[in-house]
Amino acid sequence: MIIPTHPMWLAGAVAVWLALWTANVTLAQSRGRAARIAMPILFGAALLVLWEGIVRAYQVSPVILPPPSTIAQTFAASLPMLWADFVQTVIKGALSGFVIGVAAAFVVAIVIDRSPFLQKGLLPIGNFVAALPIVGLAPILVMWFGFDWHSKAAVVVVMVFFPVLINLVAGLKASERMQRDLMATWGASYWQSLFKLRLPAAMPFFFNGLKIASTLALIGAIVAEFFGSPIVGLGFRISAEIGRLGLDIVWAEIVVAALAGSVLYGAIALTERWVTFWHPSQRR
Amino acid sequence: MSRALPILTVLAAILAIWYAATIWMNATWVFDQAERNGQTVTWAEVIPQTMTQDRPLLPPPHQVAANLWQGIAGQAITSKRSLVYHAFVTFRGTMAGFGLGILLGVGLAMAIVRYRVMDGSVMPWAIISQTIPIVALAPMILTLSNSVGIDGKEVPKAIISAYLSFFPVFVSMIKGLRSPDQMQLDLLKTYGAGEGATFFKLRLPASLPYFFASLKVAVAAALIGTIVGELPSGAIEGLGARMLIGSQFGEPLIMWAALFAAAILAGLLIVAVGLVERLANRRMGGVA
Amino acid sequence: MTQSPVIEASGLDLTFTTSDGPVHALKDVNLTITKGEFVSFIGPSGCGKTTFLRCIAALERPTGGSLTVNGMTADQARRARAYGYVFQAAGLYPWRTIAGNVKLPLEIMGFSKADQEERVRKVLELVELSGFGNKFPWQLSGGMQQRASIARALAFDADILLMDEPFGALDEIVRDRLNEELLSLWARTGKTICFVTHSIPEAVYLSTKIVVMSPRPGRITDIIDSPLPRERPLDIRDSREFIEIAHRVREGLRAGHQDD
Repeated sequence: MIIPTHPMWLAGAVAVWLALWTANVTLAQSRGRAARIAMPILFGAALLVLWEGIVRAYQVSPVILPPPSTIAQTFAASLPMLWADFVQTVIKGALSGFVIGVAAAFVVAIVIDRSPFLQKGLLPIGNFVAALPIVGLAPILVMWFGFDWHSKAAVVVVMVFFPVLINLVAGLKASERMQRDLMATWGASYWQSLFKLRLPAAMPFFFNGLKIASTLALIGAIVAEFFGSPIVGLGFRISAEIGRLGLDIVWAEIVVAALAGSVLYGAIALTERWVTFWHPSQRR
Repeated sequence: MSRALPILTVLAAILAIWYAATIWMNATWVFDQAERNGQTVTWAEVIPQTMTQDRPLLPPPHQVAANLWQGIAGQAITSKRSLVYHAFVTFRGTMAGFGLGILLGVGLAMAIVRYRVMDGSVMPWAIISQTIPIVALAPMILTLSNSVGIDGKEVPKAIISAYLSFFPVFVSMIKGLRSPDQMQLDLLKTYGAGEGATFFKLRLPASLPYFFASLKVAVAAALIGTIVGELPSGAIEGLGARMLIGSQFGEPLIMWAALFAAAILAGLLIVAVGLVERLANRRMGGVA
Repeated sequence: MTQSPVIEASGLDLTFTTSDGPVHALKDVNLTITKGEFVSFIGPSGCGKTTFLRCIAALERPTGGSLTVNGMTADQARRARAYGYVFQAAGLYPWRTIAGNVKLPLEIMGFSKADQEERVRKVLELVELSGFGNKFPWQLSGGMQQRASIARALAFDADILLMDEPFGALDEIVRDRLNEELLSLWARTGKTICFVTHSIPEAVYLSTKIVVMSPRPGRITDIIDSPLPRERPLDIRDSREFIEIAHRVREGLRAGHQDD
């Protein structure tokens, strides 16, 4: 069992792994930007090589675990289907739900900002609800909104709303007393103070919430598809193909999901760097 | 009392809106039924009927509560219909995932802070891992563990749960292990302490408050991960399974009861972990 | 010089109700400040000097007595933008440039764009920060940030300047320099300045009038009219008169402590 059918693959893979790891150890000593980017890439590449090597060496059946090379081939061959799934789940379901959820949280945060009473009531409840497995609402929302992407967007709205709300409310409270006093000495109105001081100061918190929300959005959209979906979508395709043992397609869809998640998160992080350029965490 | 009043007010408002929504949403079905029977109904007759449907679109709070009570107290704990039983299955999975997640989070954080090569190679991947929706990986993990010969769904569920719960612990541990300031590090250097000694005598103790603070988020994430793990597997046990069954058989009351049971479980877990956190804080001298 | 009173406090009282019982932050404060004076408030923590300043700024509401600023109530004066306030921390917005920060009150008060630019330029020149308008606060030293904060308080031509330990966080060398600059600024603009400080030399060096306060309850123990000339080089701090005034201040502070 331990002795592979094609030992050369395993030997080769391990050799490459060792070589790349050694390279990384050397790179770890340098401080340049190139090194920082190269190290995770080399590590990832080494993992892929190891994966390929092990699968080929032990002749693992493709219905259990296909090698990266097969997955890449399937990926290239199935682009139209992958694209359709991507649009259905990520663009229509996750992204629209994300935008609506964030906008709703924004509006509610500002509305309750003027009422400390409402804040004291809503925040503990919001914190509690944010910790709940809101994914449980998915089947109910599918029942209400039907099988198409609207129910997925609804799930995403609910999942995204609370983390963004509590982060934004925390951010609006973050301006120091001194800053608000200063605004008072200039006779500023509530709205002037909100737009010139409190909202910019709340941005780091807001983006923190957005990052959490982006990961939740994808999870919500895909989970909702497990409960009912037209014959397109990442969640649908994954559960369908698992049943048909089409594991290479499943992995190709996972790659799409991973890419979508990383791009979404990266876009938010980049915007964050631009908007909150002044925050100590952004100024190395 | 003044702290409870706003919360109670908001809760009361939520209940009121819920009842109103129940009437509004369930009324359509009542009207349809009446039309089919050739009857006309007044609102006064409709409203009570919206509260007692078998398959309501939106069950009113008291119906959910009744169902919940049925599932908890109305069944033998070992029966397949008992919510307590299913909650226990989910609880078991959550604890396994939680424990595994803590081990992973702490272990990985320690390795990354201690060895620069780990920091450069693995840290970016740890962060990227969270942008990959675990839900997409869940079916794969289940299939893989089955083919490798692992029986049952407990192990893959634990892995999926750990995937979500390791990250808060991981991030907090990294922050905590790196929290000692330059002054503290320099002091140890003047004692001739090496990297290893500095790690165990300064960094690790300094990271404990951060560790305990992250547990609440981690346990909530572990619960979500467990339920997500129960969903695609065609499981028949656990709260996620109940939600799935309710959805497949078109029984909304089952779904709602399972959802609320999950919410109660989440609440209990968070309170329990919060207590552990407070005890730990007290033993460590009350430093937040 | 009989000038019009700019700030008049009469029998001013401020009691905070806290969970530990009432705190008499200010008790029976009587003070008249006329136009163009430089008044320092000095005393230990809890003597009410900052509280009194905040009352003038309408940031606190007195519980008894009367207070007028420019003949109006403090709140009316606040809305009429009668004063500029400088806190101990510069409190500049890190997401705005220095020029942007100085512009902030002008934007709120509705000055025209052209007016804003002109005022910013003038006031940055006044505090010797010309050319730093495009920098961000974190690119400047603590002393420069505080100068920017003063510039911001001067930008809208308020006649009164309220300063709450503005140089407290800076080192002594920078402090000396800023003290000199503040005096020259005062000479050039003729504003009425109320200055809260912990430092006896600073209070004596800067002011035409020194108000000594003591805590529990917060009250005035002495009001000293400084005989020093308006034009003062830094070495005046070694002169005999200076030391005498400082001595009197110290005595006033000690007297306040008798009840401890």
